[in-house]
Amino acid sequence: MSTPTTFLTEEMRQQAIGLEGPPVTTEIEKGAIIRFAQAIEDDNPVFNDEEAARKSQYGGLIAPPTFLRSIRSSRREVPFDIPFNNALDGGSDWEYFEPVRPGDLITTVSRITDMQERSGRMGVMIITSTVTTYTNQFDQVVATQTTTGIRY
Amino acid sequence: MAEQVYWEDVSEGMEMPPLVKNPTTQQLVRYAGASGDFYQIHYDKDFAQGNQLDGVILHGALKNAFLGQFMTEWMGPLGALKRLACQYRGMDFPGNTITAKGKVLRTYKSEGQNLVDCEIWLENPEGQRTTPGSATVALPSR
Repeated sequence: MSTPTTFLTEEMRQQAIGLEGPPVTTEIEKGAIIRFAQAIEDDNPVFNDEEAARKSQYGGLIAPPTFLRSIRSSRREVPFDIPFNNALDGGSDWEYFEPVRPGDLITTVSRITDMQERSGRMGVMIITSTVTTYTNQFDQVVATQTTTGIRY
Repeated sequence: MAEQVYWEDVSEGMEMPPLVKNPTTQQLVRYAGASGDFYQIHYDKDFAQGNQLDGVILHGALKNAFLGQFMTEWMGPLGALKRLACQYRGMDFPGNTITAKGKVLRTYKSEGQNLVDCEIWLENPEGQRTTPGSATVALPSR
């Protein structure tokens, strides 16, 4: 019987889970929002057109739902080498609380919440869950995002 | 933009109008620039093939954005997106049409809001659900 190569130990998991990167603050630029909306080819006026957006319930331009993915966040490296060179994005789970507007100062904090090893069709994979919290200049959490990263 | 959908018009099991997207390699480059995700599997074919892939693939986050557009178009200007989740189960390639689809799973009231849970997904030209997901929106009442 062949046994898949295992890598991740319980001790490594415990070292990784809870690791939090330093907060990073980004000023949200109107041009960045519009370029993002254009790149995803979403022509909704609230993401593209300040004049039209003023008549919306938001009273001005807001960012598309996944825009926050484009701002910087800082992750703490785990204190061990993961010997897999390839990476894939496994998924995303957003919760939204407040709109994001041009001029907002958004602070991100990313925290590792889980790490698991699985065997898939590409061999052994390390699956890491990270929760990123996005907070604006009024100390309102505007969104949280849980991402699943796959190394193989 | 679609007309406003109201809470009273939505029922469980209802299908949502599909959103068709036609991603190209140019869109992947634009998305890389706009998002800051410059991982080469999304624009460098040799690099992608060296990573056990058939060719360049769509950014998962771009597919997430397509599902975001699908939901914000459906909920209309007075709706509010509360949750958007998806899993990247299958790879999608530029040049292939991607269709966002969904249906209403549950309608309920919570904390004074009219909420709708939806099952959503992206389908490739073969009809495979490469990106299953779920979303919750708050809708206005008439």
